[in-house]
Amino acid sequence: MAALRGSFRLLSRLVCAHHYSTYSRGRLSRCVYLLNRPQLKICPHRYFRTTTVAAGQIVQFKLSDIGEGITEVTVREWYVKEGDTVSQFDSICEVQSDKASVTITSRYDGVIKKLYYSVDDTAFVGKPLVDIETDAVKDGILEEDVVETPAVSHEEHTHQEIKGQKTLATPAVRRLAMENNIKLSEVVGSGRDGRILKEDILNYLSKQTGAILPPTPEIVPPPPRPTPAAPQPHDKAPLKPTPVSVKPVFTGKDRTEPLKGFQKAMVKTMTAALKIPHFGYCDEVDLTRLVQLRQELKSLSESRGVKLSYMPFFIKAASLGLLHFPILNASVDESCQNITYKASHNIGLAMDTQQGLIVPNVKNVQLLSVFDIAAELNRLQALGASGQLGTNDLTGGTFTVSNIGSIGGTYAKAVILPPEVAIGALGKIQVLPRFNERGDVVKAHLMNVSWSADHRIIDGATMSRFSNLWKSYLENPAAMLMDLK
Amino acid sequence: MIHFGLHVSRAMFARVAFAACSRSAQCCTYVRSCSRTVFTLGPSRGAVLRSLSSDVFENLALEDWLHNNLDLSEEGHALLLWQNAPVVVMGRHQNPWKECNVGLLREKGIRLARRRSGGGTVYHDLGNLNITFFTSRKRYDRARNLQLVCSALKAVSPRLDVCATDRFDLLLNGDFKVSGTAAKLGRTSAYHHCTLLSNTDRRALSAVLKSPYQGISSNATRSVPSPVMNLTDQDPALSCELLITAIAQQYAHQYCLEPSIALLDPTDENTLPGIRSTTQEMLSWEWVFGKTPKFDVSVSLKVADAIVTLCMNVKNGIIDTCSLELPATWPYWEAGAELQSLLTGSRFCAGDAKLLSSSLLRSCPQTDGVQDRWRDLCEQVASLM
Repeated sequence: MAALRGSFRLLSRLVCAHHYSTYSRGRLSRCVYLLNRPQLKICPHRYFRTTTVAAGQIVQFKLSDIGEGITEVTVREWYVKEGDTVSQFDSICEVQSDKASVTITSRYDGVIKKLYYSVDDTAFVGKPLVDIETDAVKDGILEEDVVETPAVSHEEHTHQEIKGQKTLATPAVRRLAMENNIKLSEVVGSGRDGRILKEDILNYLSKQTGAILPPTPEIVPPPPRPTPAAPQPHDKAPLKPTPVSVKPVFTGKDRTEPLKGFQKAMVKTMTAALKIPHFGYCDEVDLTRLVQLRQELKSLSESRGVKLSYMPFFIKAASLGLLHFPILNASVDESCQNITYKASHNIGLAMDTQQGLIVPNVKNVQLLSVFDIAAELNRLQALGASGQLGTNDLTGGTFTVSNIGSIGGTYAKAVILPPEVAIGALGKIQVLPRFNERGDVVKAHLMNVSWSADHRIIDGATMSRFSNLWKSYLENPAAMLMDLK
Repeated sequence: MIHFGLHVSRAMFARVAFAACSRSAQCCTYVRSCSRTVFTLGPSRGAVLRSLSSDVFENLALEDWLHNNLDLSEEGHALLLWQNAPVVVMGRHQNPWKECNVGLLREKGIRLARRRSGGGTVYHDLGNLNITFFTSRKRYDRARNLQLVCSALKAVSPRLDVCATDRFDLLLNGDFKVSGTAAKLGRTSAYHHCTLLSNTDRRALSAVLKSPYQGISSNATRSVPSPVMNLTDQDPALSCELLITAIAQQYAHQYCLEPSIALLDPTDENTLPGIRSTTQEMLSWEWVFGKTPKFDVSVSLKVADAIVTLCMNVKNGIIDTCSLELPATWPYWEAGAELQSLLTGSRFCAGDAKLLSSSLLRSCPQTDGVQDRWRDLCEQVASLM
């Protein structure tokens, strides 16, 4: 019977071909049409008897008694939808009654055919909740030979009723057995209640044929080479191991999804930025003295409860530079007709969070000390990590610094964030050998900075002078002290 | 993780627990299986348990673990006593924006959690005791459990006027609620848990459980507000520690168990395998906010002298559809479609809304108060969440 089932498709073609020669042309086209419908397993004009390909039995699963005299509940969430395969004890839905949340589980294996309620509907105890098409055979309704029924709409619903025996297996397992011409009655089930699992089918197959089974291909180890001392006749070719290699099959698929939320926001910002003609300017900064200074000040800052990084120094130095080159802290309108020189130095810093790139800014850096800036950075970082940055923190920036070096990299080409006109990207601090004034090789802490500016209003010379000034403050922090406001 | 005013190391706690258990082998047994210590009930088929943690997510995960893993066959049962640091806990099918002030919680650093059982929203702090009764589905009986609690209270405070209502609340002096109930029923096991107000901060309670959000229409379960009272208002001796001892003793007496409490550490993956991933699930945004039943928001916002109408449909915590209507005279009007597009598909979350609108505000013309208007609008939109 299993063999018959297995070659069904072949037979169906043969039978229809037979009809083709017997019937008229009109009938012929109809038969061809039937052949082409892939979901049909049986051609209705067949005349030989087969054993069953009956559809599964549909069971109405009623909402069982919740207890405490409750007659109705509210359906709150479905865990399955029509067409899903469920096993016994899988959760089907969550209902609520009188302060109690109840998980309803399936009593059967099978496929969900119909949900009787939508979310928020009132469901009644004792009334049908779902229809399940089961594949488990119940005693008393077995039939030895079942006359074939017309077209089965889905392959998954093939159902085997084996004479006098009850075999528990999901539709997927049954199909695997059928494809390999295995009688379920001959397989020992290792699952719950003697249920036959996929592993049982694969084990059965491996015992029968010794074949290499999917999905775990076995690589047969090569037989050992003969030892050189052993005498070998000339006409015998030396034994060469032939390893059985199995090519891994790549089953990955492309995935397309619409851009959402933050990605859309990024697209909008960057598209606007594209309109700005950027030019880049890079330089190397010797931070040896700054590294030493920060080391000295770190404990003082921590004693006040604030973590001190290099960023407060970079930001303050930028603000001091902007005092001399206010055009870098400006903004142009859409049509590039007017330029607004911003009074406040609201210096933004690029922050990498779970949601992606966000740029909060420190307001009025021109009024703040290095310690104030450090405290403010701590606050912004804490808020950024918990997703609680306010609109005020996120808007109103006039100049941006991006510390991409904290993750890695040396040079970068940062994109200006409109409505600003300049941005700086800081690489990582590297310890490298350099010559000092005496010509000796010394250890230097070096960082590369990459500036980008709007070439419509800023020229290379301005950017270069600003960069030199900023660099001089960081290479010689004592000079910063002279100009601190 | 040191709680309840006892300043001893956790290692010592565990040793005490073990000592308690080894003394009375009937209480509970630690069964070694595959080199793992897994918690099970012993021959007495009952246990009194207490959580070592005051982290709401760890405790909810512990409750869930016990519900799924305790073997309650042969009339097995257990009692779990636990407390949480300040947190608002809502029922499985509730809408946090209808039940509490989500923004205020965030500001004050008070956490928000969603439990697995039904019922309404409550405020927990260390002046509140949570009691969970684990039984098989057949032996689920809320009235019997509450009767046990009342007996325990009366045993330590004989003149206390406390009784259970038909809604399974406990009322003090006939009027004031000191305990609320919720339950979770599974296929073979069930649990009933209730709160017990010993000495909770009532001002914080009423402040956080007031929702300021307008325009939300939903079919989520609504809480029924009631006047509450602390047990210590009536009898100052009824501290949480005393309640724990009293209820544990009453339970042990009623079910003929050894009067000792087993201490459970909800972060111990060896004793409670799988609990860490449950804890992660309980604190995830997808569980706390994403499980909100679908709802609509429809508001008219007043910005300067204009009215802006905003309608959103939120499913699984994500804004499914969004429609923003700006008056014709609104400046930079074309950005309305942009804001609508940014909001659609993103989480119904104030933090996210602020981030998205900041990108929109970047491209806003900076003249004539245009930015100010847009900023005001964006702030109002974020304040709806």
